[in-house]
Amino acid sequence: MISLLRSMGLTFLHMFRKRETIQYPEEKVTLHPRWRGRIVLTRDPDMGERCVGCYLCAAACPVDCISLQATEDENGRRYPEFFRINFSRCIFCGYCEEACPTYAIQLIPDFEMAEYNRQNLVYEKEDLLINSEGKYPGYNYYKVAGLSAGIKGKGEGDNEEPPVDVHSLLP
Amino acid sequence: MAHINIDKTSYEAKEGKNLLETCLTLGFNLPYFCWHPAMGSVGACRQCAVKVFKDENDTQGRLVMSCMESVRDNMFLSVDDPVAKAFRSQNIEWLMTNHPHDCAVCDEGGSCHLQDMTVMTGHAYRRFEFKKRTYKNQYLGPFVNHEMNRCIQCYRCVRFYKDYAGGKDLDVFGAHNHVYFGRESDGVLENEFSGNLAEICPTGVFTDKTLKDHYTRKWDMTMAPSICQHCSVGCNIIAGERYGKLRQITSRFNSEVNGYFICDRGRFGYEFVNGITRVQQPVIRGAMVGGDEKRNLYDNLKTFFENLDIIGIGSPRASLEANFALRQLVGEEHFYQGISENQAGLLRILLATLNSGKVHTPSIKEIEQADAVLILGEDPTNAAPRIALALRQAVRRKPLEHAQNIKIPAWHDAALREFIQEEKGDMFIAFPVEIKLDELSSDTFFGSPDEIARFGFAIASYLNEEVVSPDGLDEATEKRAFAIAAILKNAEHPLIISGTSLGHEGIVKAACNIALAIGVQKEIGSLSLIVPECNSMGLAMMQAPALDKAFEAVQQGGVGAAIILENDLYQRAEKTDVDHFFETCRHVMVLDHLHHATTSQASLLIPVSTFAEGDGTMVSHEGRAQRFFQVFMPKNENIRESWLWLDEFRQFKNGVDPQELNEPGNLIEELVRVIPQFKGAETVSPPSDFRINGQRIPREPHRYSGRTAMLANIAVSEPKPSQDDDSPLSFTMEGYRGIPPAPLIPFFWAPGWNSVQSINKYQIEVGGPLHGGDPGRRLFIEGEMSRIDFWKMPVSQFLAESGETEIIPLTHIFGSEALSVYSAAVAERAPSPYVLISEKDAEKFDVAEHALLRLRIQTQCFDLPVKIKKELRPGLAAIPFNLPSMAGIGWPAKGILSKIEP
Ligand code: SF4
Ligand code: SF4
Ligand code: SF4
Ligand code: SF4
Ligand code: FES
Repeated sequence: MISLLRSMGLTFLHMFRKRETIQYPEEKVTLHPRWRGRIVLTRDPDMGERCVGCYLCAAACPVDCISLQATEDENGRRYPEFFRINFSRCIFCGYCEEACPTYAIQLIPDFEMAEYNRQNLVYEKEDLLINSEGKYPGYNYYKVAGLSAGIKGKGEGDNEEPPVDVHSLLP
Repeated sequence: MAHINIDKTSYEAKEGKNLLETCLTLGFNLPYFCWHPAMGSVGACRQCAVKVFKDENDTQGRLVMSCMESVRDNMFLSVDDPVAKAFRSQNIEWLMTNHPHDCAVCDEGGSCHLQDMTVMTGHAYRRFEFKKRTYKNQYLGPFVNHEMNRCIQCYRCVRFYKDYAGGKDLDVFGAHNHVYFGRESDGVLENEFSGNLAEICPTGVFTDKTLKDHYTRKWDMTMAPSICQHCSVGCNIIAGERYGKLRQITSRFNSEVNGYFICDRGRFGYEFVNGITRVQQPVIRGAMVGGDEKRNLYDNLKTFFENLDIIGIGSPRASLEANFALRQLVGEEHFYQGISENQAGLLRILLATLNSGKVHTPSIKEIEQADAVLILGEDPTNAAPRIALALRQAVRRKPLEHAQNIKIPAWHDAALREFIQEEKGDMFIAFPVEIKLDELSSDTFFGSPDEIARFGFAIASYLNEEVVSPDGLDEATEKRAFAIAAILKNAEHPLIISGTSLGHEGIVKAACNIALAIGVQKEIGSLSLIVPECNSMGLAMMQAPALDKAFEAVQQGGVGAAIILENDLYQRAEKTDVDHFFETCRHVMVLDHLHHATTSQASLLIPVSTFAEGDGTMVSHEGRAQRFFQVFMPKNENIRESWLWLDEFRQFKNGVDPQELNEPGNLIEELVRVIPQFKGAETVSPPSDFRINGQRIPREPHRYSGRTAMLANIAVSEPKPSQDDDSPLSFTMEGYRGIPPAPLIPFFWAPGWNSVQSINKYQIEVGGPLHGGDPGRRLFIEGEMSRIDFWKMPVSQFLAESGETEIIPLTHIFGSEALSVYSAAVAERAPSPYVLISEKDAEKFDVAEHALLRLRIQTQCFDLPVKIKKELRPGLAAIPFNLPSMAGIGWPAKGILSKIEP
């Protein structure tokens, strides 16, 4: 009996505590930078598409909700021809971001993606690609990769020797 | 058998093997780069270090390269020794100091031996802070991509390309830390096996350029075991699909057939499957019929099948099932082979010889064991490339035997090549013009097809007196024939190679006679006959009359309609004859997957699946029945296997309502019942209800990605996966994960081994047969024969009238085959039309090289640039065989050459 009254009393006292519930959507939630929400495809410092179509995010995804097709431009720079995420399947685990070798795919602190129609949760590259470097500014994969894709010539990248002269042995 | 101790456990091992192959066979994960089971060891990469101890009590031991050390009885070694492990990991770290940061954009990624070995040794973080060496790449043609930065200097590429495949234009340049693997300058890689570099190179230096156009990782492909469709060898391949498009062909190991390698026609000829010339919908007299208009289609079929006496024309590029279903539909007496009488006749000679029981058709592996080879009127490099590669190994056999006498182990490639130098075994060639294999031959006879036939008969007559020796040979030729006969007689494994490429009866009969004569002398003679297409042998075994007979039947009237199965008649016979056939026979149904001249004549056109979209069985030139499995279910429901359509038509013709058609039963079993010669063909694959632990065998690797997104753009709810009723394979990634029976291996993968090197794990012994025996079943049985009937020399096929020239068809690896030529990369390598004439004829016509000469052949006329060949007999001319731009020629052919008057 006493414990019952005590519980009711405690509950009553809560009415005077600070509210945890916020008046969403009028009031916005504070989201921290490492919050895993909406997935975006970012661009490198030169505003080129960062995604090189390596398929690692798709392979890492536990629910297999990423599908893409790599293609190449005339310089041999690889990029996704299409890039699709089915958000009705995504569990926002962040594995795709972890697997990405170019910082292209990133999860950002935004969760406002609700839709009435499930089909609208299928995002294509146009819906995913943003004009920003996202959380990791400064990185340009094609500058550190060995292959030349119109960004730098052979041997002009970071930490590279000039190309070997194959004829060096000739007299 | 020797006893060896590895890490204190005792194992049995085969003597004569090296430690590396032994450890791999025993299941150890020992990293390596430069050693290859088909090419032996050179000890270049220093990756395969293990520790070898003097005896049990030795604790110090010494590091050795396991690929360079033979198995000895009572040997003590350690794979797990900390020093050996550290050595292997440091070796990778050194290799990696210059390795580019490329995995994400590297086509090798996911099937990269370097990745696998790096993970295996545990090297994970880069400590080297200095600059990376870089290289410029080269343009190597439409097949192979070059990205030289990724090289780890294992030398496998040049060892394969130069030493194994006889290529001349790939080499290593430079020295010490800046060696370069490439061509002398940019240019197309000329060797017919260049595509194998993509599998041989353990890194991403050489990769498949056609794959690059629609790049897909290995783990993302739906794959199935398949059979190459581009020549009669029947190499085993793995075909991979993604998003409804065929993406890549790789070699599927079969120790009897192709081993580790396939040719470039087989590897890069697949793109016709994705081509725009595919037949997509049933067409009725020029009007499309959609898939849901089944009624409409069957209404039209009703009128079609009301015709009495429908004839069926089969195809050497369609499966046994398809040809048989057609034969069942039209009846045996109305079924014709869709090939010319000339070809059909050659195949009859061939079958009769093979069924004699005295002649054996060797597998590729057996060809490699031949110690004396005679090639009579055939060009294996172009007609059946994989055989040419095997012949290159065969000429090394004799010198290799000598090497064994001084106890160089069989795996020690570097020492063996040093010892052998340029020494070669015996190989003789008779062909009208120079061919690539001439560089290996001890003697080459250039002559007209008739002369070659006589030459062959002369050889046979020296081997067995019952063969009537031909007349009209000069003394020098007789002498050469005698010398060759003597060598064949004394050889342990003599081999005769011939084929139908020149379409010459005398040549085939001569080759058969030589093999029969050897068969009489040594129990069994080896004869490998190259036939034109992937299922030529299977179709011939059905023993139907040839196309010419079908034309005659139509001519005589009484044929109401014709069904043509996967065949372009304009590639089989003279244009006017085919035109005439279509004029006389008004109701023609064509089933095919590509549009061509014949499909445009069809009043009813039915779309069918290619090898990638359907199942089927084929018989290779060796008489080996092999099964290919459907790779993917085409999105277009109209595209179905020919045999499925034909069997439905049969039911429909028998009065079954279109809505109530049944799935066909097992057509191969029915075929074996009807034509017992096919006995064995029904056993080439486990039945469709075969399961392991109740599970199917998945076509997709367990890392297959995108299942819930790839079709989400169409509908967000995933469709039910396609069901496969014809095989034990599934179209999903679920199912049995272990090693499946050999005919059902959809891809090679083992834990820690993502690249093709994982084949090791599928073999009983590294480099040897697959677990459970290699797939395929030979249909010819050798046995006793009561009487030998040698073939008689036929009368000359060619009787020149004034001004006429005998035209010789020259087969080209790229261009002459009907399907691969519709693949962009192969088409790029196809020759443009030409006419080859002798020096004397060039003088006669007063033309120089490249000048145009007019060739009137049958009713057609071609203006062709001239090529002059010294060795060609005057009065002969050669043109490329079966180029799309030169169709409609009936073979054998003669023509009239004339100068084009300006
Ligand atoms: S967050 Fe997880 S579930 Fe979502 S796309 Fe990335 S890997 Fe897949
Ligand atoms: S060769 Fe292998 S390790 Fe090197 S970049 Fe390519 S995938 Fe990566
Ligand atoms: S190119 Fe490839 S095969 Fe050739 S040496 Fe380099 S890594 Fe080895
Ligand atoms: S074309 Fe012939 S030799 Fe080449 S891969 Fe195909 S079957 Fe083998
Ligand atoms: S595999 Fe033994 S040294 Fe290369």
